[in-house]
Amino acid sequence: MGLVTFKKGIHPPTNKGLTASLPVEELPLPSQVVLPLGQHIGAPAEPLVEVGAEVTTGQKIAEAKGMVSVPLHASISGKIVAIEPRPHVCGSMVPAIVIESDGADRLTPELTTHPNLDELSAEEIKALMKEAGLVGMGGAAFPTHVKYHPPVGKKVDYILLNGAECEPYLTCDHRLMLEEADDLLLGLQALMKAAGAPRGVIGIEANKPDAIVALKKAAAGLPVSILPLKVKYPQGEEKMLIYAATRRVVPVGALPIEVGVIVNNVATAAAFGRYLRTGLPLVSRIITVTGKGVKNPRNLLVRIGTLVEEVISYCGGFTQAPGRIILGGPMTGPAVYRLDLPVMKGTSGILVQTRAEVEKPPVLPCIRCGRCITACPYNLLPNFLGDYAEHDKLEDAEKYGVMDCRECGSCSYVCPSRRPLLQMIKNAKEKIRAAQKKG
Amino acid sequence: MEAGSLRIILNAIAVLFVLGLAFGIGLAVAARKLTVKGDPRIDEIEGLLPGANCGGCGYPGCRGMAEAIVAGTGPVTGCPVLKDYSPIAKVMGVETGAVERKIAKVRCAGGLQEARQRFIYFGVEDCQAAQNLGGGPKACTYGCLGLGSCVKACPFGAMTLSANGLPVVDETKCTACGMCVKACPRQLITLWPAAKKVTVLCMNQEKGAAVRPVCKVGCIGCRLCAKNCPSNAITVEHNLARIDPQLCTECEICVEKCPMKTIKSEKKQERAAG
Amino acid sequence: MLETEVVVSPSPHIRAGYNAEGIMWVVVLALVPASVAAVYYFGWPTLTIILASIAAAVLTEAVVVTIMKRPLTIYDGSAVVTGLLLALTLPPTVPVWIPVAGSIFAIIFGKQIYGGLGYNPFNPALIGRAFLLASWPTFMVNWVWPEGALGWAKAEALAGATMEAAGTAADAVAGATALGLWRQGITGIPYLQLYFGNIAGSLGETSALAILLGGLFLLIVKIIDWRIPFTYLGTVLLLAFLMGEDPLFHLLAGGLLFGAFFMATDYVTTPVTPWGRVFFGFGCGLLTMLIRKFGGFPEGVCYSILLMNITTPLLDRWTAPKRFGEVKANG
Repeated sequence: MGLVTFKKGIHPPTNKGLTASLPVEELPLPSQVVLPLGQHIGAPAEPLVEVGAEVTTGQKIAEAKGMVSVPLHASISGKIVAIEPRPHVCGSMVPAIVIESDGADRLTPELTTHPNLDELSAEEIKALMKEAGLVGMGGAAFPTHVKYHPPVGKKVDYILLNGAECEPYLTCDHRLMLEEADDLLLGLQALMKAAGAPRGVIGIEANKPDAIVALKKAAAGLPVSILPLKVKYPQGEEKMLIYAATRRVVPVGALPIEVGVIVNNVATAAAFGRYLRTGLPLVSRIITVTGKGVKNPRNLLVRIGTLVEEVISYCGGFTQAPGRIILGGPMTGPAVYRLDLPVMKGTSGILVQTRAEVEKPPVLPCIRCGRCITACPYNLLPNFLGDYAEHDKLEDAEKYGVMDCRECGSCSYVCPSRRPLLQMIKNAKEKIRAAQKKG
Repeated sequence: MEAGSLRIILNAIAVLFVLGLAFGIGLAVAARKLTVKGDPRIDEIEGLLPGANCGGCGYPGCRGMAEAIVAGTGPVTGCPVLKDYSPIAKVMGVETGAVERKIAKVRCAGGLQEARQRFIYFGVEDCQAAQNLGGGPKACTYGCLGLGSCVKACPFGAMTLSANGLPVVDETKCTACGMCVKACPRQLITLWPAAKKVTVLCMNQEKGAAVRPVCKVGCIGCRLCAKNCPSNAITVEHNLARIDPQLCTECEICVEKCPMKTIKSEKKQERAAG
Repeated sequence: MLETEVVVSPSPHIRAGYNAEGIMWVVVLALVPASVAAVYYFGWPTLTIILASIAAAVLTEAVVVTIMKRPLTIYDGSAVVTGLLLALTLPPTVPVWIPVAGSIFAIIFGKQIYGGLGYNPFNPALIGRAFLLASWPTFMVNWVWPEGALGWAKAEALAGATMEAAGTAADAVAGATALGLWRQGITGIPYLQLYFGNIAGSLGETSALAILLGGLFLLIVKIIDWRIPFTYLGTVLLLAFLMGEDPLFHLLAGGLLFGAFFMATDYVTTPVTPWGRVFFGFGCGLLTMLIRKFGGFPEGVCYSILLMNITTPLLDRWTAPKRFGEVKANG
């Protein structure tokens, strides 16, 4: 079968069998939720409520601050018990609103639905995206509405939905495409209308044939095509997905809009569709809890702000003392060291590895095998970039394109000397950015 | 030997000789024509500088420092390594006062035994890299990360990483060039008067209740040291004691009083060792 | 809360299922056919040469890293590969101290002096061979034909096709390799005999069959890239043809196949970029044919690869691939 794809990349074991066939279960209402004000890229939201206030599910509790920001909504009903710094995935404490549940899950009375797209203008849809608190749910958590304000003169040809789910282990998007196809397509049509895009494309890796069939059926008669993709990592990386689907190459340093494409995650589109249909903003999401370290791996619908420990204990706890806990997929998700972290809008899963899976790798010198070069989908030379980073040769690193690295981690994955190439590259990028800010 | 091979050898010698002569003349002409007329004092001062090109002065090597001194843009005492600046001052025709010798001091005593780790770190052996990854493995967010970025930065080999995971400064080798100060992502290292042996080895600004669970030797801001200091050399700000080295008389009362053993005297250690 | 400490490390949190050590041992495995062929044609003493070379390389590595207080690296297999490669480039007649001396030199001056594995600019095994060739040339060109392998020469001589005096046929060829004979104008070795390796030459280089077995194995398991061996061999074939020589003879004779599959593909000393590898292979082929045709030695594989090793950093720099989405530099 002539599946479309990008050049290079890697083939890690997908390990999706643990959860791929498990329907999404709803996690029982959590006793409390912690909602960081900064769950997205951009300026944190500003609280609208005070400690002690009673809130209802879906009520807006923090307002977007500035353009690149989104509002935050209460994901359960109950009382605000604290607005204070709480542990965040990034390692430091970040201001968050803490709600203690009243157990009733009362919906806010202000919900308004917009099931009929014909009644909405493009501008209205864009405003609704922001009101829904919509961010990229594939992991990056970039405010969705920002993508829909293209520079003047740029025409959008395609809205490309990312259903590749190329990260190993994760199956939340797979289940979502199977179970929420109607919301997904409603959301996609709204996104197309907002951008004035004539066509929608949903890219799905070929290892999810049931999702491809389900969406093809649901999309019959719509200007939406379902595109099976070759199973390869990082198929779901924005620029690679665009290349696979349209053969268009996004220039370095440019955004997808440059080639007339806007990419959103399928979960983002489904969340938008649900908002239009029910009026309920982004207060819950599907995550995959998986890995050898978890007793009962599952796909779960959880309220935003639910603590990781609550999710894990619902899944039967750990099988043994965990070795590593990752929020998201194993290729790009951050490892964390505490369980009192909330599931956020961009959290796609919780992966628990056992001790045996995280034996400390002895790092050897680069033997110049060139595997990282064969793997890097951006045609960079990760071995040299790593060397430059290690020796603080930032000018050389920049000259050889370190800033064009999109941090997919393929280089680290294939390195037989187990060099943490991506970490070295990230360090160099950070130093270069710091220097740019200074000077 | 055949005449033929002799001729070959002679030919080779002749060719080499001519080539050498031509290149030699070329180089001599180039040296004359392309030479840059510089202030002779630059060379003179460069000769007086240590020549380690450590970069501690902030200029590109010793030559850069010398150029800056001659140009008047750099201080005569700019080299952090030198102990005596009078020869340079003489070249420049100025006076310098006596300069106090300083050494690098790592203000953290919480090594692997004293301070708690909140996770096990696998990754690049670099403090900034570890800091970027979840804030670093040490539970104390002020303390030494122990991955030795300062040790690698030291151009004089004056620092080593102890088995307890803390950098140790060899005072005889330390020149106070300040490279380690720049390398530490947590600003734990300061240049401290070498003569003053009593120091607070902590930078944690949390309240005592937050310090105790993460480190056995962290400053809890109890103020016992400040209250008992006869020369008012100690102040406690942001739950952290600071000693003013100019006022400190090294009476060591604070060392005795400190309940966490955060304030340490090297004099005492030297006595114990001797 | 968590009861035990967990690991926090940078993503990705999964790694491919192979490592550098494994790769080295697979290379050793790929050299087994050539080693077996050596023992088959030249007898058991060759096994002593091979084992002595490996042992000397590993021991030298152990001693050097201990003295230099580096981590013990003998288990990564790279010293074994160096020792084995060096042994397979030696004539079967060498006394056993020759491979030992070569291995010691290869490890110290070909590898460790630059900082160990990953930092050496030249192929250590070839450095060892070049050192031996310069120091004890008489031992290094003392060739021998496997028993009964000279039937072709007698046949040729009887037919009077290429040689003048029939009686001296066997004597003339006894001390030279196929390429050496070619230099003297003696040709006519059957291709199949060259292919199976029943000829004079270095231990591992004679049997094209054994080398191809190992080389193709490395290609199939993707340990080596096809670019260097194929461009190398292709260049030699083409140049031989253009020079009016017998391309197939030049492909099968001498150390070309062995060099192309096992020496010119050494990771550390060859380019990493795809085009860099193509140019590297081409350069090796060009130099090999120039040395064979015009040089002082009949064989030029060793020196051409060593010479091309020098160009590796430059080739890497010049052939850095165009980045994805890179637009023409506008300034």
